[in-house]
Amino acid sequence: MSEGPRLDSDGLPALLHRELRAGDDGGARDSLGGRLTHGEATSRPLRPPTPEPQPRGAVLHRHRPVDHDEAAQRFIDAPRHEKMHDERLWDLRQKRDRQMHAIPEWEALRDLASTVKQHTLAHLDEYLEQFEAQAVANGIHVHWARDGAEHNTVVHGILADHGARRLIKSKSMLTEETGLRHYLAGVGIEVVETDLGERIQQLDDEAPSHIVVPAVHKLRSDVAEVFARTLGTDPGNDDVHYLAEQQREKTRPVILEADAGMTGANFAVAETGTFVVCTNEGNADLSANVPPLHIASIGIEKLIPRIADLGVFIRLLSRSALGSPITQYTSHFRGPRHGGEMHVVLVDNGRSARLGEPQFWQSLKCIRCGACMNTCPVYRRSGGLSYGATYSGPIGLILDPTFDRRRYSTLPFASTLNGSCTNVCPVKINIHEQIFAWRKVLAKSHDIGTAKQGLMKAAGAILAHPALYRAAIAAADSALKVLPAFLVANPLNSWTRGRDMPAPPRETFHQWHHRTDGGRKQAP
Amino acid sequence: MRVALFVPCYMDAFEPEVGIATLNLLRRFGVDPEYPFDQTCCGQPMVNSGCHDEAKATEELFVRNFTGFDHIVVPSGSCVHQIRCHMTAVEQTEAVQQVRQRTCDLVEFLHDVLKVDGFPWAEFSHKVSYHNNCNALRGIFHGSMSERREASYSKPLSLLRMVKGVTLVEKARPDECCGFGGAFSVFEPAVSVKMGQDKVRDHAAAGADYVVSADSSCMLHQKGCADRLGLPLRFRHIAQILNGDRA
Repeated sequence: MSEGPRLDSDGLPALLHRELRAGDDGGARDSLGGRLTHGEATSRPLRPPTPEPQPRGAVLHRHRPVDHDEAAQRFIDAPRHEKMHDERLWDLRQKRDRQMHAIPEWEALRDLASTVKQHTLAHLDEYLEQFEAQAVANGIHVHWARDGAEHNTVVHGILADHGARRLIKSKSMLTEETGLRHYLAGVGIEVVETDLGERIQQLDDEAPSHIVVPAVHKLRSDVAEVFARTLGTDPGNDDVHYLAEQQREKTRPVILEADAGMTGANFAVAETGTFVVCTNEGNADLSANVPPLHIASIGIEKLIPRIADLGVFIRLLSRSALGSPITQYTSHFRGPRHGGEMHVVLVDNGRSARLGEPQFWQSLKCIRCGACMNTCPVYRRSGGLSYGATYSGPIGLILDPTFDRRRYSTLPFASTLNGSCTNVCPVKINIHEQIFAWRKVLAKSHDIGTAKQGLMKAAGAILAHPALYRAAIAAADSALKVLPAFLVANPLNSWTRGRDMPAPPRETFHQWHHRTDGGRKQAP
Repeated sequence: MRVALFVPCYMDAFEPEVGIATLNLLRRFGVDPEYPFDQTCCGQPMVNSGCHDEAKATEELFVRNFTGFDHIVVPSGSCVHQIRCHMTAVEQTEAVQQVRQRTCDLVEFLHDVLKVDGFPWAEFSHKVSYHNNCNALRGIFHGSMSERREASYSKPLSLLRMVKGVTLVEKARPDECCGFGGAFSVFEPAVSVKMGQDKVRDHAAAGADYVVSADSSCMLHQKGCADRLGLPLRFRHIAQILNGDRA
């Protein structure tokens, strides 16, 4: 069990940074004076007598589609993890709702953001060229990468030119797409993640489970275990301040000695050739500003036309993501500082192909806020790693099949199509309609499994013929076997795993109507 | 006014009393709907799984059964959503488009078409937790949704408020999905069951005696979860309450 942090003369944890110990700002604090209101820092004390092992993600097989249900079952079978995860993300959703209600023009903002993104995507070639010209004029080296492999090679080339052996980086989903860390390790370059959650995941050799809060599926006891194993911390101390400070102490020297820094970008502004990075930990600023070399990997869909458009997105981003009005840091990068070098790698990796898909191009509007994940009842109960893909949750269901249709063919079915995602999306991506559309595409190409498709074919044949249908449900108790089709399509008898079966009635509505002439004849 | 009644397949098989309540309720308002005898299903089970080709013949049958009516009334928001928004496997002739446009859910028919102002025969002196089917809420807009900044409204609740004795209780997560999701309930049983359990616990924690919805499919799933957990919740379709069921 935790002994708690060492306290100073004010009774505050001695390890806390000075700014964390500043005077009362009106926010809720825990018994030790730590903040409780800041979205990313919020955590509730949850000290089980024995730690529950962290459930791991989907088991990946080379040629088999991801079994989301299997991984979800293991997540749910770890009730402390599942409960924390569901409540934590629901809390973010509620904070987002409160921010939304504080802004009368919220829906107009969403419309505007969607329109700006649609316009930009429709003229993406022009805006990319404008961005490149402006960035070059600002003194930035601009590179283009067709796919993930090319991106990794370009980054490696820049690092090799500078003899860089150690790269510090801030969070970037794009580099998860391209597998940069793994690639650089193979060529002898060490990568250190500076985002706390991402660092936890790196130390645990696990992918991020959420695009904004990468280690949200971990309990503090899991983090204590990882840090004890990798950083040598006290395995019995799972106090969040202790753990955060220990990580800071271990990582800060690495940051100070790094040869190069890497960031992603939330927005790239065409008219100015600048890019903007939004973080809550300031780690992107460290990564970009401490080493002499700054590389930014930017997906081509991150473009917006003008600096004046930025405000629309900044107002929506953190409110949607964490329910906070703005991220702690919104950093604009214009060019290399004196004596330094700045490189931008503009990455396609399937994006221009997606832009040509009439049903799916709207997914490129995504600003990676994670609001769809926070609101998704399936995601909250299965954990991001259960999707076995770079992107999880609703946005993942529509992005992942564009990378590997067969492997991720099951993911569009990991949804109830409830539509909550579409309605929280700050850029109005019709997420649940795209999930629905993906199912159709996958069924057409016979990627939904022959058993399921066979059952649907059989159900379709019966339901199209009234006589067959009536015969099927007339036989004793066979209604349960034949209808509805979701009960027919039940190779695992999975309905009864956690639910009782409905009792079949004495007669169907149809039989009643026939027998009583629609109630006009008195029943005998 | 020529009105047809469509009783969805699962309701036909498992909840015939809801079809009967719908029929009787409509008659109370002077509407005597026809019941086309060859009706089966709207095609949603196949379409929801991506199998549009497999649904085509079922959709064609639906259109054959329901062509020529002024209104096709369905006691299920989810089936109406399928017909209105997703019935696209069948060739989109004028007749097909007309059938799709003229199909409405029972709540919509009472609220928007008949514009009813009371159910004097009805009384339901119980604590009720109303469950919004997600297709009814976010697909055909039965009410405002918690995700959006919009004026608050609810067609089903405004109908229930006209019933003497009804006490509506408020859940912690009023419009979270219950995890039914059609084929989802079978192919993703782990999450489906967990969502169902969380939903029925939310109803119970709100103090509900009865769960009421305009969709029986969600309630089949939720009742299965509640029975397994031993929660004393009872489930009624809104048609039954509006038609005067007392318990």
